[in-house]
Amino acid sequence: MSKPDKPLKQIHLAAHFPGVNNTTVWADPEAGSQIDFSSFVHLARTAERAKFDFLFLAEGLRLREQNGLIYDLDVVGRPDTFTVLSALAAVTERLGLAGTINSTFNEPYEVARQFASLDHLSGGRAAWNVVTSWDAFTGENFRRGGFLPQDARYARAQEFLAAAKVLFGSWRGDEIVADKESGVYLGDPEAGRFDHHSEQFDITGRFNVPRSPQGRPVIFQAGDSEAGREFAAAGADAIFTRHGTLEAGKEFYADVKGRLARHGRTHDELKILPGVTFVLGDTPEEAEEKAALIRRQQVSGQTAIKLLEQVWNRDLSAYDPDGPLPDVDPDPGEHTVAKGRASVRQHGDPLAVARRYREIAEAKKLSIRDLIIEVSSRQSFIGTPESVATEINHFVQSDGSDGFILVPHLTPGGLDVFADQVVPLLQEWGVHRTEYEGTTLREHLGLSADTF
Amino acid sequence: MPESAPLHLAIALEGAGWHPAAWRAPDARAGELFTPAYWLDLVQEAERGLVDFVTIEDSVGVRPARYDASDPEESPGRVQGRLDAVLTAARVAPLTRHIGLVPTVTVTHSEPFHASKAIATLDYVSSGRAGLRVQLSARPYEAALFGRRTFTHRIEDRDDPAVATLVTDLFDEAADYVEVVRRLWDSWEDDAVIRDAATGRFVDRDRLHYIDFSGKWFSVKGPSITPRPPQGQPLVTALAHATVPYRFAARSADVVYVTPSDAAQARAVEREVRAEQAAAGRDREPLHVFGDLVVFLDATEAEAVARKERLDELAGEAFVSDAPVFTGTPAGLADRLLEWRAAGLSGFRLRPAAVPHDLLALTRGLVPELQARGAFRREYEAGTLRGLLGLGRPASRYATASGSPADSPATATAPATA
Repeated sequence: MSKPDKPLKQIHLAAHFPGVNNTTVWADPEAGSQIDFSSFVHLARTAERAKFDFLFLAEGLRLREQNGLIYDLDVVGRPDTFTVLSALAAVTERLGLAGTINSTFNEPYEVARQFASLDHLSGGRAAWNVVTSWDAFTGENFRRGGFLPQDARYARAQEFLAAAKVLFGSWRGDEIVADKESGVYLGDPEAGRFDHHSEQFDITGRFNVPRSPQGRPVIFQAGDSEAGREFAAAGADAIFTRHGTLEAGKEFYADVKGRLARHGRTHDELKILPGVTFVLGDTPEEAEEKAALIRRQQVSGQTAIKLLEQVWNRDLSAYDPDGPLPDVDPDPGEHTVAKGRASVRQHGDPLAVARRYREIAEAKKLSIRDLIIEVSSRQSFIGTPESVATEINHFVQSDGSDGFILVPHLTPGGLDVFADQVVPLLQEWGVHRTEYEGTTLREHLGLSADTF
Repeated sequence: MPESAPLHLAIALEGAGWHPAAWRAPDARAGELFTPAYWLDLVQEAERGLVDFVTIEDSVGVRPARYDASDPEESPGRVQGRLDAVLTAARVAPLTRHIGLVPTVTVTHSEPFHASKAIATLDYVSSGRAGLRVQLSARPYEAALFGRRTFTHRIEDRDDPAVATLVTDLFDEAADYVEVVRRLWDSWEDDAVIRDAATGRFVDRDRLHYIDFSGKWFSVKGPSITPRPPQGQPLVTALAHATVPYRFAARSADVVYVTPSDAAQARAVEREVRAEQAAAGRDREPLHVFGDLVVFLDATEAEAVARKERLDELAGEAFVSDAPVFTGTPAGLADRLLEWRAAGLSGFRLRPAAVPHDLLALTRGLVPELQARGAFRREYEAGTLRGLLGLGRPASRYATASGSPADSPATATAPATA
């Protein structure tokens, strides 16, 4: 590496438990259970061994459906986020524990209680990824149903987070005296008192969890829209992004970091962490071969048809995945084919997406399956441990991000090789810690402890 | 219940103990109540005592100083605050091996879908040792924490007919809640995950079931997001003091905690619960009726009485509870428990008045005493909480409904290779 003209940035690394998308290869002989606690323990311990900042869990609240039937081609089913994270606090010591919890089918008081409890029970390692939008389909599992239109759900998320912050801040941290002699347990009998009124929340009383080690959990915000970027710049500690290429990463990084000053925040108060995948081999050729094989495992013929249906918004089961793209155009109406997926919203204008797909397929002479592999599942980093470590370091030093959330394709051993072969190089180069310096996630991320 | 039936024991964990001044006892770890080490130590001690399970108290809001008070008056001399009980149970689960973990869940202000997957997951992280204690909340100030519903009546005004209606409604809602939770646990058949590489199917969706529950308070579609837990049906428990809650427990629970004041009342309550059980059409299903007691235990009865008086003095008033209070020796308590067992109770949930003192008196005093009398286990004899309680592992209620063979003909997902 060339001589650095500025101090090297420390790379923040995190582990994403393989989820319920086709990026997870469940049919591999090495794939384990996505439910058994031992799988979570394995991934968490690997991440902690590699001195990662945190482990991340996604959330799902209704089984996905396609063409009116429960989708059965990917992993189906997950455990409860809070319960798993709290149990993982028992078998790890420093690793941060991050979970997605939606703001539509919960109440601020209970979520604040759960996160404050997790922060106590983990000694200050809790993080909350606040998600903003869930549909009426998911709402059928909850008391209130799918009761909010999309923009109201977003407003609710903002108000929800604001209300939760009021609750986290309702204890200063010095109220518990517990003096047996004088008989004073609570130095301030008003501890936890709050009164919060907004458009959607009208809550008052006393919050009954004392201030937790981090004050409040680390707040993650996933969101790419203008409103999402602004929301994150205003109040999140970290952003979980999808920008896995250097050019897109640099654009996003500059944009979001540039917004911080307007909110009275400094450059380091918001970490930008794209979710990325990786494939390692002993040689570049071996890595490429492996990557191609994994892509074919991720996208079977059936999966290719299902993924295409998610753009076309119509039944394509009569088409041959090894044949050309459908001769019909997508149904541009309301999306009805796939339910319970956030990804269908990312397709935007389906007619435009289809046009792009046709151009790519024609230019490269691709079948449906090959096209879907081409557009949906390219791995972020492919190469030898040395080349991947170099690329990751370059990405971060070039301000493409502050680090990465790694999404392995195998449960639970998919991170092992990265921990064993890539991390030591980053450590050798002085860009990744060899020991945890602090005990809380906030400290791992280099965030200030003074959060209010 | 025959004399020889195994006696079951549970310990109810609550902060520094159930006496409001327990935190001021010389051995109390008053400054550690919000640390994981504290809870781990308590549960591991209970496990050394071979008890069937611990319950972990919870409440959504700050508790009133007295159980029968309506509002949480300013009381700087009382422990205030508590951690979420389900998370606390999950935190100790990987570091214990045999003991059941039964956190309190307030059903009035939570979602049955969330509770179902949380307890199912507690069952996974504990390898089959999860349960829940269903708790209602009728307190207006707790409803104000959520802002979703308002209770205008004081639950303590028992003679007010509106209160009676409210109570009945809340228990009916709780029964619907438990029904939803149980259906969700059954909504995945045990063998729904097939990982069939040949057909590309991860699950057999014919073995996943919509629960389609629709009731007065909520409707829930299902299936659960979490596969069927190791016990199939984790343990459902409830505390009950009167007819309406007896009816609820008889319809919905596996264990009901009751609070009789003597053996005759224990017999009467047990009969009332059984009658409700029969009325609910559940008389063939096992339902444990546990006596619930607060205990002050010392080497002599006089010492226990004196210790209680010291704590009362520190609290500024005599201790009152919704459950009977036992003040005496472990041997005296063993006498009481065996007498009440003969009256029809199958076990007991004991609430240590002060921790660690009364917890240790239970695990190292009462348990050896019961063992010496041949009335309690000498080692854990089963791998799951249901197993410890002599409850079988139920089949999913939907399993027979589908009756689909594993290799049923291809469904509409099979690709048409046109």
